[in-house]
Amino acid sequence: MKSKYAIIAAIALLVLFPLMVGSDYYRHIFIIALMWVVIGSSWNLLAGYTGQISFGHAIFFGVGAYTAGICTTQLGISAWWGMLLGGPVAMVFGFLMGSICFRLRGSYFNLATLAIAEILRLVAKSWTSFTEGMMGILTIQTFRSKVPYYFLALGLAGLCVFTIYKIMKSKWGFYFVAIREDQDAAEALGISSFRYKTYSLLVSSFFTGLAGAFYMNYMGFIDPDVVFSLYYISIMAILVAILGGAGLIWGPPVGAFIMVLLQELFRSAFFGMAPKWVSNAHAMAFGILVIVVIRYMANGIVGDWPKIHGLWAREKVIPSATSGN
Amino acid sequence: MEMFIQMLVAGILIGGVYALIGLGMTLIMGVMRIINLAHGQLMMVAMYITFALFQFFDLDPYFALLVAMPCLFLLGVVIQKYFLNPLLKIDSVIPQNQILMTVGIGIVLTETIRFIFRSDYKSVKTSYSTATFMIGNISWNVPMFVAFGLAVLLTTGLFFFLLKTDTGRSVRATAQNKDAAMILGINAEWITQLTYGLGAAMAAAGGTLLLPIYYLFPDVGGQFTLKAFVITVLGGMGSTVGAIMGGLVLGVAETLGATYISMDLKDAFGMVIFVLVLVFMPGGLKTLTKV
Repeated sequence: MKSKYAIIAAIALLVLFPLMVGSDYYRHIFIIALMWVVIGSSWNLLAGYTGQISFGHAIFFGVGAYTAGICTTQLGISAWWGMLLGGPVAMVFGFLMGSICFRLRGSYFNLATLAIAEILRLVAKSWTSFTEGMMGILTIQTFRSKVPYYFLALGLAGLCVFTIYKIMKSKWGFYFVAIREDQDAAEALGISSFRYKTYSLLVSSFFTGLAGAFYMNYMGFIDPDVVFSLYYISIMAILVAILGGAGLIWGPPVGAFIMVLLQELFRSAFFGMAPKWVSNAHAMAFGILVIVVIRYMANGIVGDWPKIHGLWAREKVIPSATSGN
Repeated sequence: MEMFIQMLVAGILIGGVYALIGLGMTLIMGVMRIINLAHGQLMMVAMYITFALFQFFDLDPYFALLVAMPCLFLLGVVIQKYFLNPLLKIDSVIPQNQILMTVGIGIVLTETIRFIFRSDYKSVKTSYSTATFMIGNISWNVPMFVAFGLAVLLTTGLFFFLLKTDTGRSVRATAQNKDAAMILGINAEWITQLTYGLGAAMAAAGGTLLLPIYYLFPDVGGQFTLKAFVITVLGGMGSTVGAIMGGLVLGVAETLGATYISMDLKDAFGMVIFVLVLVFMPGGLKTLTKV
């Protein structure tokens, strides 16, 4: 019950945020964080719930972003059409990727997804006549104010989290978890693991593609090294989910906000309070964060909350046997 | 035709060095069942050690091998002991957290080097960097040739170690069945550290041998990590003979692809081969040899 109020309060706070805070800088950070909520949650659906750890979510993000960009450069229509097309096009790529990668398990699967993302990055870089190559795609933003983008991102994040929540309450959700826990046992019970993994991947790629299309519209500039980046998209998606708590519905949203804020703290050298070299070290901070999170918070902030809470709560907390919701 | 043979020679020479890098990765893969995504970054650290020795002490890159390899061995042991082994004891939803840890280590290594040496491109210019000799109509690049020779030597040494020494046998036993090896009294914890150290040292050798002909910058590691795992999968995970063949195949495919198809897509060929192998020959090249 208590958590229900907390969620309502958090949503109310997010809706009111752009009305209360006038600074475009803070609005920008929140927009990016909301975008990461979408990507992290979609990664979580495929990896945290279905157990297929993708190292290549940049595929869908990049494809979504390039769909929106190419709408303007090649088709001559508004990049907003990308918001309609980006998701479905990413799903097509998701289907192709699934038909290749779902034959593989464990490390093989991880690496195949990583390799496909790298192939797409290199193709986007060298196919200059279609993607503009290294020059990237530049469009003009529609709105000067951040507020419309903010609510779009909020809507997208809400839709994504809600959809995943609903899926996980349905029959699909139980199938997904069954596949994560033991694929062979799930097969033996008559669950077609290939089909349900593909469903999971399709939903996941759809939302990541939408986030990509949103990024193109919001930032107005993309290039292959940014949107197909291994470290700053694929790995970041994993980190966002793990930091918050993989396999938990509220994990990635919490992880996304903390991750983006932390990155911004380092990038701006603690808002200018720390010496200048701190901002040069923001990539290093990212790496250290990866190590610390995996070493000490393998179940994420939401997953390990009883443990973290226990650090200052006097009474001993007994972790519940059934974690998650 | 002459052009083709020339490219084939160049491909095989570079392939020998790739094989060395792939061997390190394959060792780690075989014993710990994880892909070491910091492999290229370890190699990059070795390259910078060699570069620093050359810059400040005027030490020839080939002698620097004697410094860079032990350094990287130590670094590898430390990484395995304090960062990777503790993860085995942690329960988490994500079983692949060791792989992610290597990614984190890779980033930290890259950024540390960037902090010390800055991002500029560096190179080691030796008197023999551009020297060539001719056999028939085919020209052979001297540093590449030496690198190939040393790579063969180190590979032979590694095979001797794995096949003939007690410790080598323990490494292979741990790779085959860790629990059974532990029951037989093998200190598996130490073996994993040793293996990671050896893997890192092999990568160091590969990096140092490439240095006279390659340029150097902190992000150079990423592309070699990708190459190393292409080789590992191409050869069949955990197969040392496979890794050598994988390295040669990758070297030849890249050189021929760059010559006949497109220079820009040079790095993509490896990836395409990788995906094709995964789909059509999941066991890798080792299924052909039965070794």
